[in-house]
Amino acid sequence: MPDLRDLYQELILEHSKNPRNFREMEAANCKAEGYNPLCGDHYTVFINIADDAIRDISFQGSGCAISKASASMMSQALKNKTVAEANELFDKFHQIVTGQETDNAESLGKLAVFAGVAGFPTRIKCATLSWHTLQAALQGKQVASTE
Amino acid sequence: MSSVAADVRNHENVSAGFDVHKVRADFPILGRRVHDLPLVYLDNAATSQKPQAVIDAILHYYAFDNANIHRGVHLLSESATDAYEAARRTVQRFLNAEDRSEIIFVRGATEAINLVAQTYGRAHVGAGDEIVISAMEHHSNIVPWQMLCEERGARLRVAPINDDGELLLDQFESLLNSKTKLVAITHVSNALGTVNPIGHIIEMAHRRNVPVLVDGAQAVPHLAVDVRALDCDFYAFSGHKIYGPTGVGVLYGKRHLLEAMPPYQGGGDMIRSVTFEKTIYNQLPYKFEAGTPHIAGVIALGAALDYLTGIGLDAVLTYERNLLAYGTEALKSVPGLRLIGTAKEKAGVLSFVIEGIHPHDIGTILDQQGIAIRTGHHCAQPLMQRFGIPATARASFAVYNTAAEIDTLAAGIHKLKEVFA
Repeated sequence: MPDLRDLYQELILEHSKNPRNFREMEAANCKAEGYNPLCGDHYTVFINIADDAIRDISFQGSGCAISKASASMMSQALKNKTVAEANELFDKFHQIVTGQETDNAESLGKLAVFAGVAGFPTRIKCATLSWHTLQAALQGKQVASTE
Repeated sequence: MSSVAADVRNHENVSAGFDVHKVRADFPILGRRVHDLPLVYLDNAATSQKPQAVIDAILHYYAFDNANIHRGVHLLSESATDAYEAARRTVQRFLNAEDRSEIIFVRGATEAINLVAQTYGRAHVGAGDEIVISAMEHHSNIVPWQMLCEERGARLRVAPINDDGELLLDQFESLLNSKTKLVAITHVSNALGTVNPIGHIIEMAHRRNVPVLVDGAQAVPHLAVDVRALDCDFYAFSGHKIYGPTGVGVLYGKRHLLEAMPPYQGGGDMIRSVTFEKTIYNQLPYKFEAGTPHIAGVIALGAALDYLTGIGLDAVLTYERNLLAYGTEALKSVPGLRLIGTAKEKAGVLSFVIEGIHPHDIGTILDQQGIAIRTGHHCAQPLMQRFGIPATARASFAVYNTAAEIDTLAAGIHKLKEVFA
């Protein structure tokens, strides 16, 4: 039986209260908006890509603790990663939050803390929203939605 | 007085002779556990739980009385028809409608409103005409009118509300003009709990010959509704909000209006005769009941209304009023909690936000404590926008909720504040 502490871990709460890279980015050359119509989570992800790598990443918006912490930790994890590495990280992240793959937890570093989301299926989209938005930005799409 | 004694005293004030535990015993689902805790079901505005009498009505129909209605000459068909039509009379009496032909069975309040928009609306609303709704409407009382306006080149006007969630009646009245063809208004707001002064609104509209459709989905479980006293032109409600099954609802319409409306859906039962040259439509109410309906659902809806009137509607309403007052006080005393929807007249609903904690997180943490509430925009996105918030957390009550459950909710909220401290 999943415990609330599996979902609302210290690290997640901390990031939701003090999100990192929580700012607009004027120098962004990629950006996209992400929206979860079911609960009102709404974020914009800004990226500056140079030489196929994410030189800078930031986000703005509002939403629940899970979505905000996920966006914050994503922004930390992806700085200076290549686009290919970012996509790979997204796949692994998606797998652990949907409970499909628990072996990758190690390689995700701090992001592994979201493994608990798998026990709360109604919250999976909160955790993945910013990642879907990132993907949309990388693919040059303007808007992502969890629907 | 010790706090335990004060608690009991307060609980006694809430129930004041109403035997809620006897009522609870009628609802089998209330005995179940969620996350290994007793279920505290406070999401009644989303859907209500069902008493054994309603569950039995459905079982009994399929086990003993199932047959298609209206056309058969065999015994089962006759008894199914009798049961179906008896439910129609039950609804007629419940709403105090003049005639049973004014009761149309549909899938729910949403379909009822769409029916009016697509038949009455299409026939009477033209380019440049106006339809008035309010800022607190549910999407099902907004979108059908938007669709109609777009189709007909008409204009949707929105009557504003104040920060307490009350309709500004002067401003509403000023929206009524010679181009207004219909007013569509909610009786009780699902997101705010506001009870609108429907009688007064209808009077204002009728002075200008404007008919009024009332969305009564959240009203019928919590208020006594008399369509003749209100003099409303249309009244819509859903069975599943008033202890009946999903998939069934009612459109009440004044006879002369329904007579003049073209049919909604074409098919069997709504016809008197069909040839390829010409089809003659059936009389009311069948003109608007094409195809085989949710027969079991309609019969069970009748059982639900009988159940409620069996307890005594006055007793139910008084109890619920006390419960709402108790709940309001309990939540008001939580630091950082703001009630959304603070109208003087309210029913059934406590919507709130908590500083620094998103409703979605409130919902998950309460769920883990066995408490079911709803979080989100409650199908009222324009309303959320009006209050400048993305969502609220909403606790909504029914006849089987107790003061003790409200205490559990309050304790649950304190606990979640600890998680986020």
